[in-house]
Amino acid sequence: MTPTRRRLLFVGLGLSSLVTALLLALNAFEENLVFFYSPSDLTETLMSSQRPMRIGGLVKKGSVKRSDDGLTIRFEVTDLQKSMPTIFNGALPDLFSENQGIVAEGRIIDGIFRANKILAKHDENYMPKEVAEALRKSGKWKGPEKK
Amino acid sequence: MIAELGHYTLILALITAFLQSSLTLIGAHKDDFVLMNMGKPAAIAQFVAIFISFCALTHAYVTSDFSVVNVAENSHSLKPMLYKISGVWGNHEGSMVLWVLILSFFGLTVALFGQNIPPTLRARVIGIQGLIGLSFLAFILFTSNPFSRLDPPPADGQDLNPLLQDPGLAFHPPMLYLGYVGFSVTFSFAVAALIEGKIAPAWARWVRPWALLAWTSLTAGITLGSWWAYYELGWGGWWYWDPVENASFMPWLAGTAFLHSAIVVEKRDALKSWTILLAILAFTLSLMGTFLVRSGILTSVHAFAVDPDRGLFILAILIFFVGGALILFAMRAPKMSLGGLFQPISREGGLVMNNLLLSVATATVFLGTLYPLFLDATTGQKVSVGPPFFNATFVPIMMLLLLLMAVGPMLSWRQADFRAAIVRLWFAALFSAGLSLVFWLYNLDKPVTPIIGFAIAGWLAGGTLKEFADRVAFLKISLKKSLARARGLPRSAHGMTLAHLGVAIFVCGASADSAWRTEVVINANTNDTISLAGYELMLENVEQLQGPNYKAERARIKVTKEGKEVAVLFPERRFYSVQQMLTTEAQIYSTFMADLYATIGEGNPKKGWVLRLWFNPLIPWIWSGCLLMVIGGLLSLSDRRLRIGAPKIHHQPSAREKDGYENG
Repeated sequence: MTPTRRRLLFVGLGLSSLVTALLLALNAFEENLVFFYSPSDLTETLMSSQRPMRIGGLVKKGSVKRSDDGLTIRFEVTDLQKSMPTIFNGALPDLFSENQGIVAEGRIIDGIFRANKILAKHDENYMPKEVAEALRKSGKWKGPEKK
Repeated sequence: MIAELGHYTLILALITAFLQSSLTLIGAHKDDFVLMNMGKPAAIAQFVAIFISFCALTHAYVTSDFSVVNVAENSHSLKPMLYKISGVWGNHEGSMVLWVLILSFFGLTVALFGQNIPPTLRARVIGIQGLIGLSFLAFILFTSNPFSRLDPPPADGQDLNPLLQDPGLAFHPPMLYLGYVGFSVTFSFAVAALIEGKIAPAWARWVRPWALLAWTSLTAGITLGSWWAYYELGWGGWWYWDPVENASFMPWLAGTAFLHSAIVVEKRDALKSWTILLAILAFTLSLMGTFLVRSGILTSVHAFAVDPDRGLFILAILIFFVGGALILFAMRAPKMSLGGLFQPISREGGLVMNNLLLSVATATVFLGTLYPLFLDATTGQKVSVGPPFFNATFVPIMMLLLLLMAVGPMLSWRQADFRAAIVRLWFAALFSAGLSLVFWLYNLDKPVTPIIGFAIAGWLAGGTLKEFADRVAFLKISLKKSLARARGLPRSAHGMTLAHLGVAIFVCGASADSAWRTEVVINANTNDTISLAGYELMLENVEQLQGPNYKAERARIKVTKEGKEVAVLFPERRFYSVQQMLTTEAQIYSTFMADLYATIGEGNPKKGWVLRLWFNPLIPWIWSGCLLMVIGGLLSLSDRRLRIGAPKIHHQPSAREKDGYENG
């Protein structure tokens, strides 16, 4: 093999692996982008789409109810304008409590958000950025104004 | 008083860092040895100053001096001593002091032990190291002073976040920082080489100890972090593809690529500009990791409350160093000589493939981590990218890499006999088939996908073992002679074998855990028995107890297997009163083949308690695999060829060494 052809082979190998990776990535992207909504964002189409999504807001005060066996928990995620009934039966983060900002991942089935993951933060002063924004949008934000 | 001393020495360090960078860089430019030699005393002074400052902060924590804001916000007089000390770096300000301490330590090691490096290059490396120190010291002093006072001081502190009060996390940040910051040295070496406009094979040998130290520490740091997440968060998982995790993983990938391409520079004087680029990339990703975690622009399970101004400052530092380095690269790299030619099928070719795949893998992680930020900034649409994305992109790339990893070390430099290498791979194929068959037969009732992982891991382990066996002519000569040969091999060769085996073991653990994990969530009362993966778990009682700074409910769960008691687990649910925070303390019964993982949730004697139990197969293999990689790194680091400060070897390299027989 001449040096030129050798180099061509290298470049070809490199490019083809890049292209393969790109195709894989784009393909995976299409399927796996999870969009974030606040309860007020949820339109009729979104409510019936059954797509995986994230919603965020505060855990509405007084809405947390546990089933008798304590395994399933129902609560409402609110941006203080609209609320989304949510049901969850996984491991709750330690910081989960009423009035706490959380992000829930899951999908909407029959008008109820079935979460498969709940994120709260390590730090109790911290408000998930999306939640703060959702509250700002609904005009109920009480924290410092965004700089 | 002592806090003011710490503040003062930190300012002193800023000034020495300025002197260190300006004197050495000007000296190197003017070829002035007096100026260049100022690098060493300046580096020593900078390190000592920061060390005193760090001690002063530690003193404030140990004595619970709540007149210091940082201590009042992050410590408590009742906290155990270990966490008072680890509390120093458990918060933003303190962790940045640790960051610069390690940075100046690395500068110091170059000044003290880099005797065999040409003085001009050494001066430049120390100078750039000083420049990085200068910018981060300025960052601390202007945006995050750890020594600010509080008047009047509160009676007691607000305590450290309970989740951080844990031995795994006490040592995770220092290790991680050793890795992140370690890549500053490779960066400085790369920029120094760019300023000089030339790069010799010896350059790769000089930079290697620091690169290895950084890589090894980063490996250990990521492992500790993952281990912490595994048992402290109480979610039963060990890796979530979370942005903060990715932030530490990307420099690791780039650093791994760098370690391998530097071998080509050292042995064959090729791939030089590429290696330089990787050195820049590894440190860029380290800085980006610091920026992402500190700026709060990420929504992550690990994010802490942060200040966006600080993020901007770090971003400015990032742009300055990376932009500067890349401009320099664009100017100088084309002028570098091309170096040794090689055939596609050769050791070099294998290492090029390694680099290519690692870079593409880094790119996919980068895309998945930063695309949400990009989309948010451009369209305001909020998205997140979860594990499925990484499973679909990163995993196949890695599978290809792992397959080639068994082949690469068997190829000889310059031009390899591909057929001969293929023939040598019969053992890898056999080992792969054997391992996957054994695991398949033991797990007939479970999903079959992890078997692919076992096949690949077996292939890699088999190839690695065969390569080592051939080197020592195992079974071809007497065992004694083989042993003598093994002893004669350079330590870096052993290091490579161990690290590659570690990867194989890790892959087994990760594959098994990906699909064979069993989870049981149940509401149990005392004396209830739950069966899980052949074990019987009985909740014997739940008691209240009082810890040093928390109250807890502790369950006593007896674990029996076939009627025999094997363990008693005590998972706890703690309430830290100062921070008003609940934490779940999982308890794990670990055998070599699996973990039994128990946590206790809400409950009361009347209704019973929510128990979450996991059976996680082969999780210990994940940690052991990583440990093996770390040991491999350390072994390679102790190689005589690299030993820092070792006297120069005067004898001519033997034919074997010349041949590139060794590598690591």
